[in-house]
Amino acid sequence: MEHFSSKHMRPLSPNIQIYRPQLTSVLSIANRITGVFLSACAVILVIWLIAAASGPDAYLRFHDIIASWPGQILLLAATFAFFLHLCGGIRHLVWDTVRGFELRQIYVSGWIVVVASVVLTVVCWSASLLIAGKV
Amino acid sequence: MDGHRFRSPLGRAMGLGSAKAGFGHWWTERITAVALIPLSIWFIASLIAHSGSSYEAFIGWIGSPITAVLMVLLLTTLFWHAALGLQVVVEDYVHSGVKIWLLLATRFACFALAAAGIVATLRVAIGVWTAA
Repeated sequence: MEHFSSKHMRPLSPNIQIYRPQLTSVLSIANRITGVFLSACAVILVIWLIAAASGPDAYLRFHDIIASWPGQILLLAATFAFFLHLCGGIRHLVWDTVRGFELRQIYVSGWIVVVASVVLTVVCWSASLLIAGKV
Repeated sequence: MDGHRFRSPLGRAMGLGSAKAGFGHWWTERITAVALIPLSIWFIASLIAHSGSSYEAFIGWIGSPITAVLMVLLLTTLFWHAALGLQVVVEDYVHSGVKIWLLLATRFACFALAAAGIVATLRVAIGVWTAA
């Protein structure tokens, strides 16, 4: 088989590029992408803790970077990625109990994940800006 | 991780099921995921509560024993979960000779970052405790 396919350069299944994106497939890959992205953000979390441990100057330098526009956009993306991964993860844990596999249930839970992630991101940022006294 | 827990004695005797550590990996990913639900929500909520607060207030927060314990738990669980997840991503998409090196690098990085984060947290906490 290996020999056959390498000889004729046949395309490998599942030929992702010919499929129309669907909520199910998009959320599936989104869970992986957000997982990788959040792993990168966890590096920033450690840098932040190290900055805090290094003293006020290092902490303020880190704070200034995060408070800049690119920093804020990264933080917003991280917030949304976090909630998408959290809600998507809870959806996976429900599936692990062999529940919610009907096609309709899968779409309903998928849209709940999307809407909940957007709402939670907006709520978190509104609360944060209110507490910081910026609005 | 005991990967045989969910396999029947008959299945084990007949050599059915995973031959490697797949079950342990899958199960540990779930355990860390469940633990991360309260830990990550606590962390995000605390960050929001400290929006715009000073360095001193922030240090005082990390320095409280409960925060320090939860932060160490968060770092341990988070990087354990990340190591397991990144491993699967590398295994699924990287098929060249780089694969083994990427697997090693991601695993080492996760452990190193967890250790660095824990030491930084303890350094802040011990600083607060000795100053008090």
